[in-house]
Order: sequence, then structure tokens, then C-alpha cells
Amino acid sequence: MNHLSRIIVCDGNEAAAWGVKLSRPDVIAVYPITPQSSLVETLAKFVAEGELDAEVMPLEGEHSVLSALQGACLAGARTYTATSGPGLAFMFEPYVRTPGLRLPMVASLVNRDMLSPQCVWGGQQDVMTVRDAGWIQIFCESAQEVLDTVIMAYRIAEHPAVMLPVNVNHDGNYLSYGVSRVEIPDQAAVDAFLGEKNVNWHVALDPERPMAVDPLTGGADAEGAARFVAYRQSLCRGMQTALAVISEVHADWARVFGREHAALVEEYRLDDAEIGLVTIGSMSGAAKDAADAARAEGVRVGVIRIKTYRPFPIAAVAAAASKVGALGVVDRAVSYGWNCGPVYQDVLAALYSAGLRMPVLSFIGGLAGADLTGAHFARAIAMTRAALREADATLPAPPSPIWLNADGEATR
Amino acid sequence: MAARETHGIYEIRIHGRGGQGAVLASAVLAQAFVDDGRFAVAIPSFGFERRGAPVSACLRVDRRPLRGLTNIYHPDCVICLDPTLPRMVNIFAGIKPAGTLIQATSAAPEAVAHPPDLATLAVCDAVAIALAIFGRPITNAIMLGAFARATGLISLDALRAALEKVEFRDANLAQNRLALERGYAETRTLTLAPAPEAVS
Repeated sequence: MNHLSRIIVCDGNEAAAWGVKLSRPDVIAVYPITPQSSLVETLAKFVAEGELDAEVMPLEGEHSVLSALQGACLAGARTYTATSGPGLAFMFEPYVRTPGLRLPMVASLVNRDMLSPQCVWGGQQDVMTVRDAGWIQIFCESAQEVLDTVIMAYRIAEHPAVMLPVNVNHDGNYLSYGVSRVEIPDQAAVDAFLGEKNVNWHVALDPERPMAVDPLTGGADAEGAARFVAYRQSLCRGMQTALAVISEVHADWARVFGREHAALVEEYRLDDAEIGLVTIGSMSGAAKDAADAARAEGVRVGVIRIKTYRPFPIAAVAAAASKVGALGVVDRAVSYGWNCGPVYQDVLAALYSAGLRMPVLSFIGGLAGADLTGAHFARAIAMTRAALREADATLPAPPSPIWLNADGEATR
Repeated sequence: MAARETHGIYEIRIHGRGGQGAVLASAVLAQAFVDDGRFAVAIPSFGFERRGAPVSACLRVDRRPLRGLTNIYHPDCVICLDPTLPRMVNIFAGIKPAGTLIQATSAAPEAVAHPPDLATLAVCDAVAIALAIFGRPITNAIMLGAFARATGLISLDALRAALEKVEFRDANLAQNRLALERGYAETRTLTLAPAPEAVS
């Protein structure tokens, strides 16, 4: 622990707010929505009490929130917002425009399941719906990781070779409202870590540098087509470059602040494992506890936690998966088109890219605030182990998810 | 006086009604345990929150870092902030053998219904104390005092310090300190069986 840091006890939303405060944004635009509200309320309080020198814009909806931040970012401001579920849906038009403009914003997604049926609770369907909109997607396991990752996200986003918006995801309910011990780093150390911002060197709303922003591009003529392709290629390059930058920034964070967080993929007790669980977000702690419990009974199981989901760390996932003979992928969202979890789809593609062939099961649980407990992970471990035993050359089987929380039974 | 140690993870479930401060109580207790050098995670239950409706909050404490962010299904200890709640909610659901109940009630401990294998039963007339202090049945701070007295797992001083970090909405710090202290002083504890190994 850095001697200048201090300990507080707070929930994941407050931890995110502290990460924002320490990153000193200039403009924060917000529209409150469950389960994000206490996050932006905490930020408004920081500003009202003079602890954070930022302009807070409470606007009439999320579409305006992100549009206002685009203007602020183009004018040179470091920006922040946070949203959830339907708020993200209402933000969609400016949301898809942001990566193409290469605006290095940071926005928290306090993950909430999507409508319908009506639901206000945690789930990752919101972010999974926009998983290929061009934003970097990072998922946190603990309140401490939320705080640290929000700060790191600014350095990742503003890296001149990246210049892309970052969503820092933390699960609604269990992480947004779960209270735990959190270490607050020293402001001067964070200032030095982030350095001087320069967010509009490439595109700006600036009377001193008049330019057309986002002109009509593309079309059927060859020159227009090539220019449009160049923008798309550039965005893809930024995403791929981000993989190395995310790793560098996490390594630097560990060096400066003494806390190591996995950058792309966390491997837990994987080296001698015969099977692995793949997890994402706040479910991962319970999965690790379940792996420990299974190991105490002689089952060699490890956990592969996805920290960076977009860009998808194909090589890191394949390297981790190559250590085991079968995988169980636990998703907190649904891919309706593939009848499986979205992370499951990504893992299958990563295995294929590495020439790996093994049994892989898709588990879906924790939807709409449902609890994912040790018992669920014990079941996933047992079924994945059985799949390893029964493996044959035809695997992986066509996707058919195993729905945790489907039996209506008490969960532990 | 040093607080008693838990052996491994100790799990507490707080039951109350919306407005009695069950969720805040779990956060205050987490703060006190962390200030005491331990690790704690508090998870509020969620549903259709409204004043008077049954709510609960979970708290885990250990000497080692805690990773799981899940609800509690097999508590070592149940704290019930409301005397009428056990009639409509099974507050004992999943409670471990030789568990502890801290119940807000004007009844004598001998008159409180409980599972046959309960080891420790403490009662505090928290509603009467709350009405005297707050004019409303906000029983959370009182029942934290009762928890400290009955279990010895956290000191009154640690809870006093944790209360100072709270931004109160419905009452002030002085009232809550008094509530905590009266809860501690006015709790009667009945030992039903030898203290379990897990918390000895």
C-alpha cells in the first residue's frame, strides 16, 4: 500500500465515483438511472462540496448526455458519464458515433439486464447488446478494481495510438451496491500516472483550428469507398493496439500503486488444471471460491476471468484455454441469435483461431439480478468435468445453453 | 476490550422493514469490522423497496480477503430489526446449527420462538428505545449495539467510530450514538447451548 493512500468502506458505485474524482474530468454529463444513480449523485456531491472542479450537466436524457460530452471532448475536455440498461439504449445514436470520432471518453456501464420483461436489476445484456460498437469494454470483479480501472481507463483511452472511448463495466446490484474495503490512492500519484491530457489533437471544435468534423464520407466512387475503409481500418488498428496499451497501463499501475489487476485475462489456479471455468465481472469471486472448494475434493479446476472483452484478447484466451481439456463458459447475458452466451461465442472463435478443439459448455445465469452462487459454479464444474470425460471427436457440440437459476430452487 | 475472533468466514443476515435501516446497518458494521483490521463485504438484498416492506442485507466478515459477492443463504447470525417481521418472513431460513439470533422485541428471551438448535438468543426492546430517541421505529443502531453485546465480535468503540462516518438522513449522529449505547446496555442474552466451535 502506498503510504499516502487511505482506506474507506464503500460500494462499487462510490468506488467508481472516487476513480472519476481522482481522474479530474472537466465535464460530467448525467441522467440518473437504476442501478447507476448513486454513482452520479456521489459525483454531484463531490462537485457541490468543492472537492472536484468539474462542470456537472444534468440533462434531459442519455442521448443529450453523450452528445454534450462529444462537444466537450472536441473542445478539449476530459469527460465522464455513466449509464445502465435502457439508458444505454437511449444513448445509442451518439454512442456508435463516438468511436469513429476517436473521442477518448470514459463511461461506466453499471450493468443492467434489458427489457422486456420489465426489470431494473443486474445483468450484462446491456453491454453485450453494444459489444461491437467500437468502444473498449473492460469488466471489473471488485470495488477496488472498479476504482483503479476507471483511472486506468483514461490513460488507455487517451493514449495517442488508441484514442477510443472506454466503458468500464461493473455489475448492477452485487457490485454496484456491495460494500467492501477500498483503498483510495493519493491524488498526486494519480496526477502523475495520468499525465497531461490531450484529447482533441486530431479533431477539434476550436476557433483557432477551424475544421470540418465528421463530413459525409464513403459512397460508390472508388476514392470515397477507400476513404471510408481507411476510417474503419484505423478504428480496428486502434482496437488491436489497445491490447498492448491496456497491458502496459496495468503493469504501470501495479508498479506505482502496488496493486496487480489482470489486464486482459486473469488465470486462476490454471497451471495444473484439467478443466477451466470462464467468467466475466463480479461473478468471478464466487467462481474462484468454488474452484478452491472443488480442488479440496481433488478436482483440478481453474478459472479464466475475462477482464478486457473488447478488443477480445484472442491470444490470451487461447493461451489460457490451451492449459485445460474442457471449458465451461458462464455468461450473464444471452446471445439470442446463437442460443448461447456471448462470451461463449467469443471463446469458441478464439479456440478455433488457435487450432484448439475441446468440449466447451455454455452456462447462462445471474440474469435480472439473480444470484450466481458457489452451488451454481459447483454444478458448472461438475458438468464441465463430465463433458471432458465423455469427450469425442464431434465436440464442441452445437450451442445449447445450460440455464442456471432456471429451476426456481434456493440457490445454495 | 478486544473483539472476539471468528474462525473462518462469519455470515450475518439482517432482516428489517424498509425505513428501519437494515442496509445502512450492514454498511456500518462492515466499516467497523474493516476499521478493526478485518475484511467485510455487505450485500443489500433488492426487490421492490418501499417503506415498511420486508428487506434484508447480508454481511460476511473474515480475517482474510473476501471474494464472493453473493447473498447469504446459511447465516451464522440473524439480526431482526422488527418485532413483527418473524410472523411474515422466515428469518431463520438456512441458519446454521448453533446459530445466533439478535431479535428486537419487548418479550423475554424465553418467549421468543426459535429453531431448536439455536445456541444464542439475545433480545432488546429496540422499538421502545427508538421511539424514545427518534420518535420513530428506526432500530438499526440499537440492534448493532445489541449485536456487539451479545456476540462480542465487534467493540462498541469500533461501532461508535463507524457511525461517525455515516451521512444520516433521518436522524443525527448524537441520536444514533445514544441508540447504539442503549442497545448495548439494554440487551439480554440467553445461552441455549455451549458456544459453537466456529465462534469460540
